[in-house]
Amino acid sequence: MEYFNEMEVVFDSRSENEGFARVAVAAFMTQMDPVLEEVADVKTAVSEAVTNSIIHGYEGRTSGKITVWCGIEKDKKTILVTVKDQGVGIENVEQAMEPLYTTRPDMDRSGMGFAFMEAFMDEVQVESVPGKGTMVWMKKTTGGEKKEAVWTTQSH
Amino acid sequence: MQYQIKENCLTIFLPAEVDHHNAEEIKREADKVIEEQHIKYVIFDFGRTNFMDSSGIGVIMGRYRHIFLLGGEVWAIHTSERMRQILNMSGVTKIIQIYEEGMM
Repeated sequence: MEYFNEMEVVFDSRSENEGFARVAVAAFMTQMDPVLEEVADVKTAVSEAVTNSIIHGYEGRTSGKITVWCGIEKDKKTILVTVKDQGVGIENVEQAMEPLYTTRPDMDRSGMGFAFMEAFMDEVQVESVPGKGTMVWMKKTTGGEKKEAVWTTQSH
Repeated sequence: MQYQIKENCLTIFLPAEVDHHNAEEIKREADKVIEEQHIKYVIFDFGRTNFMDSSGIGVIMGRYRHIFLLGGEVWAIHTSERMRQILNMSGVTKIIQIYEEGMM
């Protein structure tokens, strides 16, 4: 697949980088001329995936690396985002993606991470190999219904 | 964490962005205050908040469990449309009250 534009960032599995990751993706997305709501949707999904890698993939270890890749398709309307870690992986992906399912109720995790990714993106796929790591693949097409009024009133 | 206590009511002024990174501090400090000050009502003030992911939902749910056992209530105020969308989607609105301007 040829993309109009691609970017990749690699960072440590520290919670400080959750904000960095979503802002980096949001900044990269601006060339698609998205409305604020679309940017907020992608930011939320990226935040969920990166948080999962930090908490579950690396179980809080800060020495792990997380790779976020984005590709904007040639029509400049569709963005693909992958979030990859080399953490512990997920034994049962289907169960992990069930709303409210969490392995960390002790940490007050809501179990809504994958549900939020699915709600805010058009497509979410998860590939995981226990002991090797996890990759979350997400896709979103922007510009379905341009809400110019919303953009204008909220952009300043 | 920025907060204010009036009698048995704790208002937590949430930051601009509520994610896993800053949720940890809010949880820790809120639980300490709830316990030490005999708090029964917790109000999450979203006035400054423009981003929240499911970590924020975990913060609210966890404080609710705590407060519910004490016979109290949890409220959300100054919520933007986006924040109400997140709260509704998560189902947390079944257990907390959202106060909207002009509601009473």
